Amino acid sequence: MILEGKTGNWEIVCGLEIHCQIISKSKIFSSASTNFGCDANQNVSFVDVAMPGMLPTLNMECVNQAVKTGLGLRAQINKYSVFSRKNYFYADLPQGYQITQFEYPIVGEGIVSIDLEDGSTKDIRIERMHIEQDTGKSLHDMSPTKSFIDFNRAGVGLMEIVTRPDFSSSEEAGAFLKKLRSILRYLGTCDGNMDEGSMRCDASVSVRKVGETGFRPRAEIKNVNSVKFVMQAIDAEAKRQIEVYENGEEFEQETRQFDPVSGQTKFMRKKEFAHDYRYFPEPDLPPLVLSDEYIEEIKNQLPELPDAKKARFIETMGLTKYDAMVICENKETAEFFEKAANGHDGKKVANWLMGDFFAMLNRKNLTIDNSPVSAENLGKLVDLIEKNIISGKIAKDVFEIMSETGEDPEKIVEEKGLKQVTDTSAIEAIVDMVIANNLDNVTAFRNGKTNLKGWFVGQVIKESKGKANPQIVNELLDKKL
Amino acid sequence: MADITKLTIAQTLDCLKNKEFTSTELTQAYIKSMEDNRDLNAYVLETPETALQQAKISDEKYANGTNRTLEGIPLGIKDLFCTKDIRTTACSHMLDSFIPQYESTVTSKLFNDGAVCLGKLNMDEFAMGGSNENSYFGPVINPWHKERKLVAGGSSGGSAAAVSANICAAATGTDTGGSIRQPAAFCGVTGIKPTYGRCSRYGIMAFASSLDQAGPIAKDVRDCAILLNSMAGYDTKDSTSVNIPVPDFEKALGSSVKGLKIGIPAEYRPQGLNDEIASYWDKGIEILKQAGAEIVNISLPHTKYALAAYYIIAPAEASSNLSRYDGLRYGLRVNGNSIDDMYTNSRSAGFGKEVKRRIMVGTYVLSAGYYDAYYIKAQKVRRLIKNDFNNAFEKCDVILTPTSPVTAFPIGDKSMQENPINMWLNDIFTVSVNLAGLPGMSLPVGLSKDGLPLGLQLIGKPFDEETIFKTAYVLEQEAKFERLK
Amino acid sequence: MAIDTQTVIKIASLSRLKIDEDKVEATKDEFNKIINWVEQLSEVDTDGVEPMFAVNDTQLACREDIVVEGNQADKILKNAPIAEYDYFVVPKVVE
Repeated sequence: MILEGKTGNWEIVCGLEIHCQIISKSKIFSSASTNFGCDANQNVSFVDVAMPGMLPTLNMECVNQAVKTGLGLRAQINKYSVFSRKNYFYADLPQGYQITQFEYPIVGEGIVSIDLEDGSTKDIRIERMHIEQDTGKSLHDMSPTKSFIDFNRAGVGLMEIVTRPDFSSSEEAGAFLKKLRSILRYLGTCDGNMDEGSMRCDASVSVRKVGETGFRPRAEIKNVNSVKFVMQAIDAEAKRQIEVYENGEEFEQETRQFDPVSGQTKFMRKKEFAHDYRYFPEPDLPPLVLSDEYIEEIKNQLPELPDAKKARFIETMGLTKYDAMVICENKETAEFFEKAANGHDGKKVANWLMGDFFAMLNRKNLTIDNSPVSAENLGKLVDLIEKNIISGKIAKDVFEIMSETGEDPEKIVEEKGLKQVTDTSAIEAIVDMVIANNLDNVTAFRNGKTNLKGWFVGQVIKESKGKANPQIVNELLDKKL
Repeated sequence: MADITKLTIAQTLDCLKNKEFTSTELTQAYIKSMEDNRDLNAYVLETPETALQQAKISDEKYANGTNRTLEGIPLGIKDLFCTKDIRTTACSHMLDSFIPQYESTVTSKLFNDGAVCLGKLNMDEFAMGGSNENSYFGPVINPWHKERKLVAGGSSGGSAAAVSANICAAATGTDTGGSIRQPAAFCGVTGIKPTYGRCSRYGIMAFASSLDQAGPIAKDVRDCAILLNSMAGYDTKDSTSVNIPVPDFEKALGSSVKGLKIGIPAEYRPQGLNDEIASYWDKGIEILKQAGAEIVNISLPHTKYALAAYYIIAPAEASSNLSRYDGLRYGLRVNGNSIDDMYTNSRSAGFGKEVKRRIMVGTYVLSAGYYDAYYIKAQKVRRLIKNDFNNAFEKCDVILTPTSPVTAFPIGDKSMQENPINMWLNDIFTVSVNLAGLPGMSLPVGLSKDGLPLGLQLIGKPFDEETIFKTAYVLEQEAKFERLK
Repeated sequence: MAIDTQTVIKIASLSRLKIDEDKVEATKDEFNKIINWVEQLSEVDTDGVEPMFAVNDTQLACREDIVVEGNQADKILKNAPIAEYDYFVVPKVVE
């Protein structure tokens, strides 16, 4: 994307770092529960608060989840990885260091394809992904002079995914975050809820003149907590940097934070005040070594991922690229669709799903998991239309009933007598009646006002309470008018 | 009855089994000894009530025949091992009121085997030191020639002094650069630092994670074997503990050393080595030769650099390990205007001089721009030191050296107080063993002219403590060192 | 390389340790002595030598994903200098 400035055209260079909480029962280095929404300091082990003499032990499930995620990012899985200590003092960091991975991360380079508004796709390069421990949480608003610290979250496993600076617009960054979230949810390795902090994003943003090849200093915008805010932050920061340059000022690398209220980024600290983390290999944990067989086993457990599913839906179920993208973004939606479309017309099921069905969920404020209309019933409804048993119009009424009662559409149609009338003689009687009652219009039609045809069709269908098959009605009218 | 505190563990167990005295009587005798020897400052916490409770259980176990392997044996515990509900301080002001809610693996193994806890033993603060002078609770007095006020060695000074003065049947120690072996040598007792990974570090306050190992300090070689049998073993709570079977070390005692190759490293006889120490080393060599062992000259060429590598790696790890002492969740808190002030105030007040010195050195060698030059370089030299030993063990089965280049020195020695490096130089014969992760034992072989114990060190292949025990037992039998009565 | 006063102060600050002003010079001298002493390592040819990060050639053994510890806020807070409502309490943290 090109940004026009006073001095010429600019472009955005942006990379993301995303912290994703690993789904596991126990913490990454201790056997306390990962549930941190409970009373303060309840799900805490002696390891989590760094009691003297306590040692970390690695949770296998966190490794499994990281390897799954790495495979989902089409990334290199490193068979040899090393934990390191990142040393800094912080109230939420009990050990005085974070156990993370530095020189030897568990996951190396990968690729995530993102789908853009204009229908194109772009490959975003993943630089690396490593696993580490989360910090505790401080509460600052309980007292004017004191902070209160809860270590329930301390030690929950995190995956830190680092991209290359491949984003040239906020749209791309937004599309990436949505795609990443989708992949993580498909894999079941992170729930991806940015508003709850289970996925947290840092964006590093710089700008350069179109045609420049190097990088200018960047701003790191910390801990932005929604896709929308990340996009706003990138745009605001790029605009700000362009203004700085165009005012003839210099810009140095710095850390900033996004203020959702003003929609602007705020200065936090200069680079020279960056921490000296004194990384060194964690002596309490030997290197982590994974075998080819182990990686193969995890590979075999992987579910079908959004891109593969999308391609399959396009190829075998007749969906358009756009439909497939919308349906596959969410794993539950894709599964619902696949169930609904089983044995039915996929494209038509998709239309219903993305139309009336989503509208109904929205209206009722429901998620697909607790939809009153089951996938099977949605499929049946489409079938009823396809087989000319009900008309599209009646189908809408049937869907309304389904969304209230959750009933089988076949049963509704049967009980309410909504089956389309295809008996020519029955329809003929109505046609005759409509003609007899509207002789003025018959005359007008015959005198060339042919657009009255539609009106006659409508009248007949209305008289049949919507059940007359429109095709037969048309044929009979053609004959009789 | 003769003073039962002078018996070894092996002898004591026999007496208890034969009902010559009860566990309670034994414990009372040791409690009395603790009271009588308070001037040594070996204990920083006495736990007579706990001890008597445990002794009572032991008596019941002996009565009903369910006695365990260490039933009723009264031990002193170095104050670096966390003991549940018993104050554990690492002899630091930082932790002088810390009460762990958990038990270290090693002490829980000992107590599960029936051992009795007499109390917590003095040490250099956070195990940093070689003289026990860095304790918040003051130095330990070496029980040999008390009136001369000599150091007991360190960091496990309280452990070595308490064993030597019969104020416990045996004690736990930890050894990061010689902290079991050197005080054992200074106090005329026996101590072994097992192979890195042999004992769990869980619940032992960490000094330098890649060097720390727990081990026993005891009255003789057999007692060390008995204790190590209990202390050793794989622990899932310590990822660096190694999952291999623990042999019965006591079974190694008494087997012949005939044909065993004893390595004698040239580099451990530097110019100016104390004559007495050199001559006792020669005596050790002679004993083993007489017993049929083959003496092999070996070279450990990087020995000279072991101290410098050690004094980079150990402080680096320590600087990180001690970051948790920030006054927030436990330990001393000195308030300040901000949380960072609180950290700085608490740590400045809580840590002693040597600890601060090492934290600073460790922080420096890890900091941006210096990491490769110091820390990585030291870890490379460490690899070379380990390779030296690998090469040496191609030619020999066990290595014999002196434990320390000096004997116990006076408390407050000026040259060492003024220049910390002079103190650190005393670790020259012991640190390589930690860097290479090998097992090493010190046992007393004689007295210097001025009546101070001298120790020899046996260094074994990884996880081959058995050869050390076998060899040490032969030396012990022939050297006939007389323990303090 | 010689370490200057500023470096000593920076290292102390990174370590969260306070050096009294009248001790800064002495600390600097001692620090230089120590660092000069460990610099003897530069004599050692370590080309092509892998740094020794793990003592034994063991691989990391992993733990099964089961919850064993928890519901022990009392024990966790037992040694806290100040605890209120089961939280650790500190002077206000300002970012």
